[in-house]
Amino acid sequence: MAQSQLAEQENGMRIQSIEALDALRQDILAHQDPKRPILIVCHGTGCLANGSPKVSDALRKAIAKAGFQAKVMPGIKTTGCHGFCSRGPLVIIKPAGLFYQQVKAGDAEEIVNTTLIKGDPVERLLYRDPNTKEPIPLEKEIPFYKHQQRVILRNIGKVDPTDIHDTIAAGGYQALAKTLTTFSPEEVISVVEKSGLRGRGGAGFPTGRKWRSAVAAKQKRGGPVYLVCNGDEGDPGAFMDRTIMEGDPHAVLEGMIIGAYALGCNQGFIYVRAEYPIAIKHLIIAMDQARAMGLLGQNILGTGFNFDIQINRGAGAFVCGESTALFTSIEGRAGEPRPKYVRSVEEGLWGKPTVLNNVETWANVPIIIEKGADWYNQIGVPNSTGTKVFSLVGKVNNVGLVEVPMGIPLGKIVEKIGGGVPGGEPFKAVQTGGPSGGCIPYALKEVAVDFDSLTKAGSMMGSGGMIVMDRRDCVVDVARYFLKFLEEESCGKCLPCRLGITRMREMLDTFSQGRGNKQDLDDLMGLAEAIQDGSLCALGGSAPNPVLTTVKYFKDEYLVHIEQQRCPAGVCKDLITYHIDSEKCTGCMVCARNCPQKCISGERKNPHQIEAETCIRCGICMDSCKFEAVQVS
Amino acid sequence: MLKFKINDQEVEALPEWTVLEAAREKGIHIPTLCYHEAVGPSGACRLCVVEVVEGNWSKVVISCMYPVKEGITVFTDSARVKNVRRWILEMLLAECPASKEIQTLAAEYGIKNSRFSIKNPEEQCMLCGLCVRVCREVVGVSAITTVGRGVHKVIGTPFRKPSEACVACGSCVTVCPTGAMQTRLDAVRGPVDAHKS
Repeated sequence: MAQSQLAEQENGMRIQSIEALDALRQDILAHQDPKRPILIVCHGTGCLANGSPKVSDALRKAIAKAGFQAKVMPGIKTTGCHGFCSRGPLVIIKPAGLFYQQVKAGDAEEIVNTTLIKGDPVERLLYRDPNTKEPIPLEKEIPFYKHQQRVILRNIGKVDPTDIHDTIAAGGYQALAKTLTTFSPEEVISVVEKSGLRGRGGAGFPTGRKWRSAVAAKQKRGGPVYLVCNGDEGDPGAFMDRTIMEGDPHAVLEGMIIGAYALGCNQGFIYVRAEYPIAIKHLIIAMDQARAMGLLGQNILGTGFNFDIQINRGAGAFVCGESTALFTSIEGRAGEPRPKYVRSVEEGLWGKPTVLNNVETWANVPIIIEKGADWYNQIGVPNSTGTKVFSLVGKVNNVGLVEVPMGIPLGKIVEKIGGGVPGGEPFKAVQTGGPSGGCIPYALKEVAVDFDSLTKAGSMMGSGGMIVMDRRDCVVDVARYFLKFLEEESCGKCLPCRLGITRMREMLDTFSQGRGNKQDLDDLMGLAEAIQDGSLCALGGSAPNPVLTTVKYFKDEYLVHIEQQRCPAGVCKDLITYHIDSEKCTGCMVCARNCPQKCISGERKNPHQIEAETCIRCGICMDSCKFEAVQVS
Repeated sequence: MLKFKINDQEVEALPEWTVLEAAREKGIHIPTLCYHEAVGPSGACRLCVVEVVEGNWSKVVISCMYPVKEGITVFTDSARVKNVRRWILEMLLAECPASKEIQTLAAEYGIKNSRFSIKNPEEQCMLCGLCVRVCREVVGVSAITTVGRGVHKVIGTPFRKPSEACVACGSCVTVCPTGAMQTRLDAVRGPVDAHKS
């Protein structure tokens, strides 16, 4: 070849054939030195907020200052989220895979001098086992990663999401090439069906069946079929889709292009919430690069197939994650759902057959095509195949993004990957499925995390939020929190949702204020059923779930609130008082300084007192006390 | 014609009908608030819920939008249906306490008082949106709209100013099921003097 594919690419040439894509990949790989040290700096949203741009800048300067010879010049790569958000900013040194945590800009020179030049690890930046305090230098050996199975997240944290060459070198768009050369549209649908893939947005509808219905609707009605990627992830504590869009945008695009080929679709939409600016930025960069290379737009890979994607930004409404509300929003009207008695695959966007899948569902498509349905449906359990990404948050040691095979016991995620609750106690409950889901108690820790088992337990898979709670979390308060969230986010179109959620929340308020009675609890169940049966869309229909599951599994705790006017977890402000244990108090004055009400008195080195009348029970004193002297009763 | 059952009666319907249309044709009563023949259904008030039994499963749907289907059985007054209606009506009593129509309807279901707190004793509007739909679909001017979301939602005009699009036709007042629009018309069309000139 007179001129390499890489050079042609840099001249702005489109890839005209499948062979040219393969040649380009070989060329990129041939130009990479596998022994060259690469410092991977996490630029996921969490690490960015923790100052990772300063770290990558400092590393760049330190490398320049150290004056490496051009031949072994270490590289720096900024990537999407590595998942271990509680330890950020993270720096991983390839090829060995050395894992540095909580790196600051000031550590840059030491990393360069000690690790890159001398070849020794910087001990103090290594991850340490919380129990044995032994350092674990390699990323793959850390328990948080060791027990995961990263399929969808395989490239996130490895590739630079703003450089399409990096994705192509890692195998990106190979599945698209395979699709366009070896599969008919019908065969693509068959593979997806056979893989057992179910929608990752929450309801778990079989993806292949959805596609097939859309093709049937298209044949029946004629006209276009549209394809939508739902990136309006809004559950509190959930950030799976954001991470995928930020860290591996090409996987989403590739999945959509394959889907478009299968469905005979020429126009797709990605609906992303506006609160995800980096996801939007990376998607736009990825789309521009894919278009310039002939992987998106007109005549994809020289095969004559046309498909393009438009990005729509959400305007801050949680309900727009509901498919029909999302369509209304794309159409330019206020995001309100409509009844789905006629399904979206028949009448969706602008009344045309529409396939809407979640970000993670689309990201599953390329790997299914690449490795085959049989490889995919070996992962997980029979009715829920593949892996699922969860955001593990709350009272757990290792907060972050995890990917596990479907069917794994809930307790294993929390205890093995999450490292359990700080302090070593068992967890009290895990809230799965966000505001539409429910609380699963410790007693059910062996429950398999798959679509059907979670639904049977009264919760749901949802989009993948997982909030761990310990004994200091009050279930009444948790249920109130989710109702309050939904009360604000209800679109207000149908009466059961708009009026009912507020009234349920008011009933819970009476419990947390010690004004409730047992009759109220029974009435609450009746109202919950009316909202489930009567609401227009799934937001209202599932809104009572957090209440129903907490009453189901923690009825005693509700009864203590009602009958004894007591909050065992010490959360409900009207039912608790703070006091200081004079035995434990050292008189350090920290609580008094932090108290916003200035209601803590006492001399230095003498036990303090809290004045109950002015105390607003904010708990700042308790959080700031190092001696556990502030107690709640 | 499709054949199915409502309660114990055999019913026939054209394939494009909804369950509500089939029921009304047969003279079977299903309560509604946001439904009006002049405009398309929206499914907001949920009072027209019915329980549909098909094979060995059942679900609660709204009759104003649920398409008729061969062989189904529809129950217009089952326990689940009554539970939904009763709670909606009890909440509506507190939401629009000034509406005589709501009080009459609630009394039909044996509800005289509401356990819920009343925010505005003068309120009649329950935000069914009929006024908005008739203004858009029949009059064709969209002078009014719903403003805001969820608990903050109100019927209003763009920028909360008298609407220049309003032709003062009074259609919104005519279709309003609770009489709420009567008191709001002036806010929508602006001072009457402005229309005279």
